[in-house]
Amino acid sequence: MTLLEYFQKDYVINATVVGILIALCSALLGVTLVLKRFSFIGDGLSHVAFGAIAIAAALKITSDFLVVLPVTVVCAVLLLRTGQNAKIKGDAAIAMISVGTLAVGYLIMNLFAKSANLSGDVCATLFGSFSILTLTDTEVWLCAVLSVLVVAVFLLFYHKIFAVTFDEDFAAATGNRAKVYNLILAVTIAVVIVVAMNLVGSLLISALVIFPALSAMRVFKSFRDVTVCSVILSVTCAALGIVLSIVCGTPVGATIVSVDIAGFFLFSAAGIVLRRVKA
Amino acid sequence: MPQLTCQDLTLGYEGKPVVSGLSFTVSAGDYLCIVGENGSGKTTLMKTLLRLKTPISGKIVMGDGLKPNDIGYLPQQTAAQKDFPASVREVVLSGCLNRRGWRPYYNRAEKRRAEMQMERLGILGLSRRCYRELSGGQQQRVLLARALCAAGKILLLDEPAAGLDPASTADMYKIIQALNAGGVTVMMISHDIPSALAYASHILHIGSPLVFGTVSEYAARLSGGEGGTAE
Ligand SMILES: Nc1ncnc2c1ncn2[C@@H]1O[C@H](COP(=O)(O)OP(=O)(O)OP(=O)(O)O)[C@@H](O)[C@H]1O
Ligand SMILES: [Mg+2]
Repeated sequence: MTLLEYFQKDYVINATVVGILIALCSALLGVTLVLKRFSFIGDGLSHVAFGAIAIAAALKITSDFLVVLPVTVVCAVLLLRTGQNAKIKGDAAIAMISVGTLAVGYLIMNLFAKSANLSGDVCATLFGSFSILTLTDTEVWLCAVLSVLVVAVFLLFYHKIFAVTFDEDFAAATGNRAKVYNLILAVTIAVVIVVAMNLVGSLLISALVIFPALSAMRVFKSFRDVTVCSVILSVTCAALGIVLSIVCGTPVGATIVSVDIAGFFLFSAAGIVLRRVKA
Repeated sequence: MPQLTCQDLTLGYEGKPVVSGLSFTVSAGDYLCIVGENGSGKTTLMKTLLRLKTPISGKIVMGDGLKPNDIGYLPQQTAAQKDFPASVREVVLSGCLNRRGWRPYYNRAEKRRAEMQMERLGILGLSRRCYRELSGGQQQRVLLARALCAAGKILLLDEPAAGLDPASTADMYKIIQALNAGGVTVMMISHDIPSALAYASHILHIGSPLVFGTVSEYAARLSGGEGGTAE
């Protein structure tokens, strides 16, 4: 089958659209996550989600979204709390939770899952499905709906997210509901993590979230420009990665992340050149 | 009824008091200068008034229709990180957030307000520049413009003159005085005692001795008190 024939199939198009939507969401929130020094929360949450998937598998719950989403949301809220109250202790708490859930999750999978291909299952959960085409119809639709929700929330709260990211104390002191906005942010981040897990797996999510934001920050200097640029970059990389993975038969998550890394080096170089030109 | 009443406040960190026995009131239109040595607890008091910290004991009562979103605030140091990509305009505009409620975007009046404050502080020309690439004094003016955007009824300033050159300092005092004349209550932490005596209506001296009173009472105390350190 040629690439063109591939993209005439509905399920290929659906999967690609979902992949791009996921890339869009993770880039939107990635900027805030990086700037709020919350990159580690994304990482911790993805491990929590892995543990939740293992439990869902052990309990033989077929649509693991129902378990994974609430568990991850609750953990996101808890992590955000501890991260704010005590900086050093919060770091340790996140490390404990993320490594702990990873270990327990793997153990549970080993003990209870009767799958013949256990290491294959674990690998898929950690690094994403081999191909985006293995996503089921329900997964595709759920991803699409959640992604659209995330984008809507981001657009509605854009200026509030900027305010609590730039200077949370000022926002709170001048009578804004900084705590509520942080909570909304935490829940949205959790949703993005859970959705993105389907595409790139729990170990690679951080890359999807962080790389476009860091790349954009090399070149652009305002919050709006950085956000717009990282979204465009992330979507481009995801589209490119999906096509490449189909053409070359490589795992889709790892391919997308590799393209993101290439983008990062490209933008770093562009940033250096721009600074030279200005100086 | 005063806008702010503090009764027998004890402030500190992790249960360890820094200041205790603090009582004072601030009424609409007052211009209160808070003075005291480094580490005496001025910033701690301001953060407590802003509800960023809880007092160890004592009471803070807001009255006279003062709501949290009537407050403008200039922090001594911002939590803003070094590499944050934000333009001056974005930072100043974020001061208007507290008058917006759940509306998702700024309206024309709020954008005008932000522009007016930038013009007042002579930073309109910098509005597209990146905040982190400005000099310390320029950053201070940006944050002051943001505070002015947020201030409806009361403005809390933590060492606003820090890092400003003499001309800008004089300008800033004029701007604050004009705001105060227009009815905005001002609470300002300052180490500049002569200017405090010149502009303020009340002085709060934190440390020992703990003094609260009008400027004339404070000046009388300075000249009549131990050693006569008055200017
Ligand atoms: N986060 C903190 N944790 C523990 N102690 C603190 C903290 N911040 C300040 N302190 C202590 O509280 C005391 C008062 O600090 P504060 O910042 O209020 O002083 P200040 O009067 O504003 O001084 P300056 O004139 O230098 O700004 C100091 O002794 C300081 O060491
Ligand atoms: Mg201070």
